[in-house]
Amino acid sequence: MLAWTVYSSFIGAAVVALMPSKSIRAVRATALLTATIGLLLAFAGIVQHTPGQLATITKLNWIPQLGISFHFAADGISLTLVLLTGIAAVCGILFSWNIEHRVKEFFAFYLALIGGVYGVFISFDLFLLFVFYEIAIVPKYFLIAIWGSTRREYGAMKLALYSFIGSAMVLVGIISAYVVAGGKTFDLIELAQFPFPEAFQFWAFPLVFIGFAILAGLWPFHTWAPTGHVAAPTAASMLLAGVVMKLGAYGALRVAMTLFPLGLAAWRDVIALLAVIGIVYGATVALVQRDFKFVIGYSSVSHMGFVLLGLMTLSQIGLSGAVLQMFSHGIIAGLLFGVVGRMVYERAHTRELALLQGMNLSKAIPFAAVTFIIGGVASMGLPGFSGFIAELQVLIGAWQTFPGFAILAGVGILIGVAYTLRAIIKGFFSENEIVSTAHSEPLAPISMPERLGAAILIVTTLVVGIYPRLLLDIISPSWNSELMQHLVKGGAQ
Amino acid sequence: MSWITKNLWLIPILPLLAAALISVCKQPRRRTAATLAIGSMVFSFLLSCCAFATTLHSEHGGFREVANFDWFSFGTTTLRLGWVLDPLTACMLVMVTFVGTLIFIYSIGYMAHDENFTRFFCFLALFAAAMLGILIANNLLLLFISWELVGLASYLLIGFWFHKPSAAAAAKKAFITTRIGDIGFFIGILWLYSSTGTLLFYDNGAGCLESSALTKLVTETTFAGMAVSTAIAILIFCGAIGKSGQVPLHVWLPDAMEGPTPVSALIHAATMVAAGVFLVARVYPLMEVTAPGLPSVSTALQVVTWIGAITAVFAALIAVAQNDIKRILAYSTVSQLGFMMMGLGMGGVAVGMFHLITHAFFKSLLFLGAGSIIHGCHEEQDIRHMGGLKKYMPLTFATYAIGMMALSGVPFFFSGFWSKDEILHSAFTWQVSKIPFYLAAFGALLTAFYMTRQICYAFFGSYRGHKHPHESPRVMTVPLVLLAIGAIVLGVFGTPAWPAFETYLSGHDAEFDVAKLLRGETLSVMLISICIVAVGIFAAWQLYGRKPVKTADQPDPLEAVNGNVYRWLANRLYIDEFYDATVIRLNAAFAYSADLLDRVLWGGAVRAASLVTLAFAHINRTIDDLFINFGFDESCHNIRRSSGFLSKLQDGQIQNYLRGIGVALATLVLFLIWGCR
Repeated sequence: MLAWTVYSSFIGAAVVALMPSKSIRAVRATALLTATIGLLLAFAGIVQHTPGQLATITKLNWIPQLGISFHFAADGISLTLVLLTGIAAVCGILFSWNIEHRVKEFFAFYLALIGGVYGVFISFDLFLLFVFYEIAIVPKYFLIAIWGSTRREYGAMKLALYSFIGSAMVLVGIISAYVVAGGKTFDLIELAQFPFPEAFQFWAFPLVFIGFAILAGLWPFHTWAPTGHVAAPTAASMLLAGVVMKLGAYGALRVAMTLFPLGLAAWRDVIALLAVIGIVYGATVALVQRDFKFVIGYSSVSHMGFVLLGLMTLSQIGLSGAVLQMFSHGIIAGLLFGVVGRMVYERAHTRELALLQGMNLSKAIPFAAVTFIIGGVASMGLPGFSGFIAELQVLIGAWQTFPGFAILAGVGILIGVAYTLRAIIKGFFSENEIVSTAHSEPLAPISMPERLGAAILIVTTLVVGIYPRLLLDIISPSWNSELMQHLVKGGAQ
Repeated sequence: MSWITKNLWLIPILPLLAAALISVCKQPRRRTAATLAIGSMVFSFLLSCCAFATTLHSEHGGFREVANFDWFSFGTTTLRLGWVLDPLTACMLVMVTFVGTLIFIYSIGYMAHDENFTRFFCFLALFAAAMLGILIANNLLLLFISWELVGLASYLLIGFWFHKPSAAAAAKKAFITTRIGDIGFFIGILWLYSSTGTLLFYDNGAGCLESSALTKLVTETTFAGMAVSTAIAILIFCGAIGKSGQVPLHVWLPDAMEGPTPVSALIHAATMVAAGVFLVARVYPLMEVTAPGLPSVSTALQVVTWIGAITAVFAALIAVAQNDIKRILAYSTVSQLGFMMMGLGMGGVAVGMFHLITHAFFKSLLFLGAGSIIHGCHEEQDIRHMGGLKKYMPLTFATYAIGMMALSGVPFFFSGFWSKDEILHSAFTWQVSKIPFYLAAFGALLTAFYMTRQICYAFFGSYRGHKHPHESPRVMTVPLVLLAIGAIVLGVFGTPAWPAFETYLSGHDAEFDVAKLLRGETLSVMLISICIVAVGIFAAWQLYGRKPVKTADQPDPLEAVNGNVYRWLANRLYIDEFYDATVIRLNAAFAYSADLLDRVLWGGAVRAASLVTLAFAHINRTIDDLFINFGFDESCHNIRRSSGFLSKLQDGQIQNYLRGIGVALATLVLFLIWGCR
């Protein structure tokens, strides 16, 4: 049934594309309906899921000559990310309710992107996974290049090129793995059982891992992320930070780490170091940004560092923390981008913190201010929100393997507090009398779809933060499956 | 398990619910907001009283009941949270809910004219919920969670008047400074968890504060031969340093006075800042544990003692030279928190906690009194612009004087005397060093001095302000009276003759024995303490009370120690002269240099650290822009150039294509022939 998340998204995209471009309302409704169906299917998938099981959904021969099959399956990790995609998709549509320019195309690309993302998260055939991975990247480019803002061509091109460089590395890695394993199958589960020679793993692992991790904002391959986020329209940056960055982390975990545990063991310390640098570096750079969206863009780099650090701990708690952090960051970053991109930028028509300072936005749009504070404190890892649980688990895991890195990551959290407070105060709570006369016309009130979208995201992060068992009970047992034990044991050697 | 232990969670949940309900109701509904917040606090207070009553009846060894539950699990291990009811929790619960309720009531009057009245009560209730969460937590992580939420509420309340830039800056400073300590705390938690596998304090023998875990921790060693228990204890104490404003992280507390006065009374005097002291008391078994064969006072407790002693004197010195009524009290709070830490370090849980409880009463009394003065003097906070207020505000004066005498440690009738006396007594008998005793004595002297100075400035002499002062409304003065009663009565429970509080915490029955009062050591410490207070009050009275300042711009008598004063003193048995040459001059020098130190050194250190961070951030951004981006753009450029070259090949001229194909075919054929051969 979970396969229908993919199918329904593509069907929805096709339906939207075929609708007359005049009927804007129908287009929006169809898009929202499609995304909601995806979300409900994700919920249903979680309810039906037996914890610890890797459940096959569909397995058909596709190109048997090359050993390519149409293999959908899901475990707790996939399901968590499918759920994240569902939530982010619905909220993204709610936050782009006001789009007037080429509405039909926008939602068609949007749904195609969602379909690709769902596909990646449940594909267990490397070729199929790669196809969906590429499907997800292409609409991304158009969403930014057509509906984007600041330096959108530059941002879109940069994002696309970085993604394709990554894809090229991944492709080379996948094909060589296929050839080395005898050229019989692309199936992930079967390939994972093949004992790749250590010398091969030593170079194939970084190739595939970094190829994916570029999209997860691995330092120093992260610069696409802030510019891409800034250039993207609100819904696209919500998806970019919320879901697309997770594609990278998920691919790195599912493909690179699973196939090449010996390579992982060899490169583990290096990647953990890069992850920690990313945490601290992203946070410090966020501290001095002048553009509101850049602050959040760099904070994403910092938070994704926690995901990568958690993956490198290879302990059950650290890995679960990494997956939970993917979910949590997807929700929180989506919320922050929603506030800044939609609520603030489309009313104030600027994201320069220096200009926003004069507008006294906490009075003009109090809902946005409160939402941003909630998102901000969630992002800085305040207990009660999902980010705290996730980062706590990552840090407990990291403390057991790399205590020094855990302390550095702690410093990163501290800087996170500083830049978040700075953004809150500058963005909403300062009154600079000199500039405030420039915008005399009252700002439009926050609309119902925006309120709804923000509410969904806030409730999600709070519920997961207070009762994390909802997700951890399905994530945590996943590491006991045969496939994942292979990784956990092999990589820790 | 008693029903109150089962339902202990209700105590923090009620204010939380109130906060949630207030947050959804519309702004102008003032009455609803206040009723909800105060009602929830009253209920929590009643429940706390039940809890307290339960802990009173206990068999030998102390009452302790825990309720633990699973929060989430990863793999085979489960993270469990829970709450605990023991005398430490119960007495704090009663104190916090009682003082909290009074301050909530007082806020109705104080915030009456504020347009964000409902928001204020929402934040206050949120704060109360988080604070009560700290008290009942039976898990270091749950405690940390509440600890952070308290920090958030404090941030929101300090910055309540965010339109004042100083308030916004102070809120930010408070949050970040305490977070610096919290990072240490957090690392301590991680370490404790990975060493013992649990964060529950008490879990039928399996908790991290119970003997099996402690034995394990104390035998393992880490770098420099330090026991793991010591390292973890000191890391946890870092959190307490930040929250309780100990040197060197105390800088945020005086600035936090930018918040509304009830906030200063509740959060920055009575409850939140005392949470650090409570934390040390809570993890006391971890703090005091030593390996067999080593000196009996653990390293961690020595650290606590020294930090406390230094803070006590340092902050008291600064308080002497302040003119803002709330800042004097703020430095005084820092100093008294140092006393509590000293009490914990040298005398044990009961000594530190008793001072915490008495201090909560008289310091919130003083803050609320200061709020009443500020309210009555039309938002004037500078004591130089007050004066003669005892005539205009008699009730405020009476209660403020009680608070002042309790804080200074005026003998016998005031709780502060007994609690401070116990600290001095434990310092006197400390095996490690006598220096903390002298520091504590000096701190006590200064306390008496600056409080007398403040009283003289504010209430004596003639009024030096412009607007006519008035007494505050009943809703504000009644809490003052109730707190004043508390500040007097509480002393009864901590006298050496009837140490009810101490025996309550340790689970024994108190015995009344007057003879204990007259034992040599007890008596001599008490006499020393009385002398110190007398000297402090007398010195300040000489300077400020006898000849009150006439105008607001007249220099502080302490500042203008001049020849006339000297001669006048010389005629009076030279005692005053002695003070002037040594105590007062040194005092002034110390006070001003400590103030300077505070501003330049610690403030500078914080600023330097932030500048370094900023510089680093700028460098990083430059690297991003110049190198990484440049490299990327350059390679894009290269790609474009080479594709330009390639596109020249595709010029659309069929003959060129054909030529190319021909050449390629010929090459291929030649290659194949050569290859086949």
